Amino acid sequence: MRTARLNRLTPYMFMAPAAVIMGIALLYPLAYMVWGSFRAWNPSQQIGETEFVGLKNYITLWNDAAFRESLGVTLKFAVSVVSIEMLLGVGLALLLDRNIRGMSVLRTLFILPMMIAPVVVGLMWRYMYHPTVGTFNRMLEKVGIDGIDWLGQNALFSVIVADIWQWTPFIFILSLAALQSLPQSALEASRIDGATGWQQIWHIKLPLMMPVLIVTALLRLIDAFKVLEVILVMTEGGPGLSTEILALRISRTATEFRELGVAAAMSNYLLILLLILTGAMFAYTKLQEVRAARLRAASEEG
Amino acid sequence: MVCADRATFGLKDLVKCSGGNVPEIVFDKVEKSYGSVRVLPPLDLTLNDGEFTVLVGPSGCGKSTTLRILAGLETLSGGEIYFDGKPIGALEPKERDIAMVFQDYALYPHMNIARNMSFALRLAKAPKAEIDEKVRNVADILGIGHLLERKPAELSGGQRQRVAMGRALVRDAGTFLFDEPLSNLDAKLRGKMRTELAEMRDRIDKNMVYVTHDQVEAMTLGDRIIVMSEGVVQQQGTPEELFKSPVNLFVAGFIGSPPMNFVEGQIVEDGGMTGVKGAGFHLPLGAETAARVKDATARDVTIGLRPSAFATHTPEAEATMDLHIVVSEYLGAQSVLSTRCGSAELLVEIPSIAPLPAGQTHTFAVNTDEIMVFDRASGLRL
Repeated sequence: MRTARLNRLTPYMFMAPAAVIMGIALLYPLAYMVWGSFRAWNPSQQIGETEFVGLKNYITLWNDAAFRESLGVTLKFAVSVVSIEMLLGVGLALLLDRNIRGMSVLRTLFILPMMIAPVVVGLMWRYMYHPTVGTFNRMLEKVGIDGIDWLGQNALFSVIVADIWQWTPFIFILSLAALQSLPQSALEASRIDGATGWQQIWHIKLPLMMPVLIVTALLRLIDAFKVLEVILVMTEGGPGLSTEILALRISRTATEFRELGVAAAMSNYLLILLLILTGAMFAYTKLQEVRAARLRAASEEG
Repeated sequence: MVCADRATFGLKDLVKCSGGNVPEIVFDKVEKSYGSVRVLPPLDLTLNDGEFTVLVGPSGCGKSTTLRILAGLETLSGGEIYFDGKPIGALEPKERDIAMVFQDYALYPHMNIARNMSFALRLAKAPKAEIDEKVRNVADILGIGHLLERKPAELSGGQRQRVAMGRALVRDAGTFLFDEPLSNLDAKLRGKMRTELAEMRDRIDKNMVYVTHDQVEAMTLGDRIIVMSEGVVQQQGTPEELFKSPVNLFVAGFIGSPPMNFVEGQIVEDGGMTGVKGAGFHLPLGAETAARVKDATARDVTIGLRPSAFATHTPEAEATMDLHIVVSEYLGAQSVLSTRCGSAELLVEIPSIAPLPAGQTHTFAVNTDEIMVFDRASGLRL
């Protein structure tokens, strides 16, 4: 009797340390943030001394033009970087999915940008974008074209380029892994069925990679919504609010405006947005799996 | 059970679509190497048009490579393949007018069954009405007409197998290639599909090249069987030729189930009678074999005895062997006995009517016409 119960408890005992760490490192701060978002909270106050204001922070934000602008910038940034990175990353993977000499070196080179610390990436691009001594404008001058105001008028564009440079490799390696684990025989069957290279990509490879691509895009999207360092270093959100993405606004609200409650509410908006995205995707995948399993079970019985 | 009943082939309907050109296929010194590893030494082979040819052999014998070269999935390292005298070695798979059924079915997981089957026709931009009709037609014949909207993951193994066949049939190609198509099915389903394939062979006038490692499949399906080992064709012929007159030890041991027994011995001349002698036995040879081996007297030979060559002893038998029964396996109508004669182990197949218990020694009659004699050094049949 006792042994049986102990046996049943064993897995939970093994999981306990991880659960405790999860609780401390993830759930506690999260709960703290949610709690804080309902309060008028100055950084000099203990959370216990603060006043409960209900949904006021959320409502204020909803009506705040600056917040909405920031949300718009974030959406614009995230959608453009993720779609361009997906195009480039998948394209590169399709190009480099072959056995030629030196391919492993090439692949390693391609993923280097991803391994550089974001702050360094930000600094690097800031120097390259510099209006007078930056690499780009000096090159343009050499061929006789006027310099471009990279981080001024075209700040959002420039920031997007830097992000694409850094994160396309992420999509590239995941796509490449997906490509290399595709069922070879299905590709061979398509060759026999008469598919050209393009038709193989379009009708077989891309659809089969789709589950991986969706997850990859989602991961990148989540990341893009939270990006901070590179933009902070390159533009500090300026000029004006043109590159002030949400993460930056949250940090400024907390530090410059000293409104922790509002910052927490803003984080929660972001969290809700990401949760909806993730939840929708998992629900979709789950639904497909359940449907396939049910039909297969039915046909095996039949 | 509904699906299984509906699945009975009505392949006479397919005869009318056997229009395309059915080429004679010739392999001329075809070679294949991967780097320095040679998997196929120069191979010469002729596949007559309209024939069901089975390539059979153990794993790694080069049979699948041969098929994949024929399909165009592997490039040639040397030699050339001709379809009706036209070299095709440099052509893409799609230019060879072939259809192929893969071992793991190779269905497109993201397309439903109708789209799987129509993929080639859609790529070829065939009119939609024609595609629909062909797919519907073949699907009904194969008994998968009710599954057209399903995805492959939603089908059972047997159904996927049928879809793979259907996808090949819809193509209406001149040559059909099968790469161990039944090996992923369970035993019962495999037997059923084998029968259906045999029926299909008789109805469809196309080239069929079928690769398998299962000699039972080879025997039941092949008009002609090509036995391969280590990239070399050991023997080709009808199932009966291979069973009755194998050219060497490899073919003799590979074809037939349970496999042939081999014991070592010598040819002896005894009072005008040619026979074979070994540890614990002395058997006269049938007249035909005796005539073939009379020049080889006193040579070391390996004697081949099919399990079916034995019978429980009858007193007037001219040849007998005393065998010690180690294990008796009851298989229904037949029983297979594992026996020992000296140091040699022999399998004996007898009707189950007269059971023989394990642990005792019994005298068996041997059919002298079924004794085969092989040269021990070269492995060739004498």
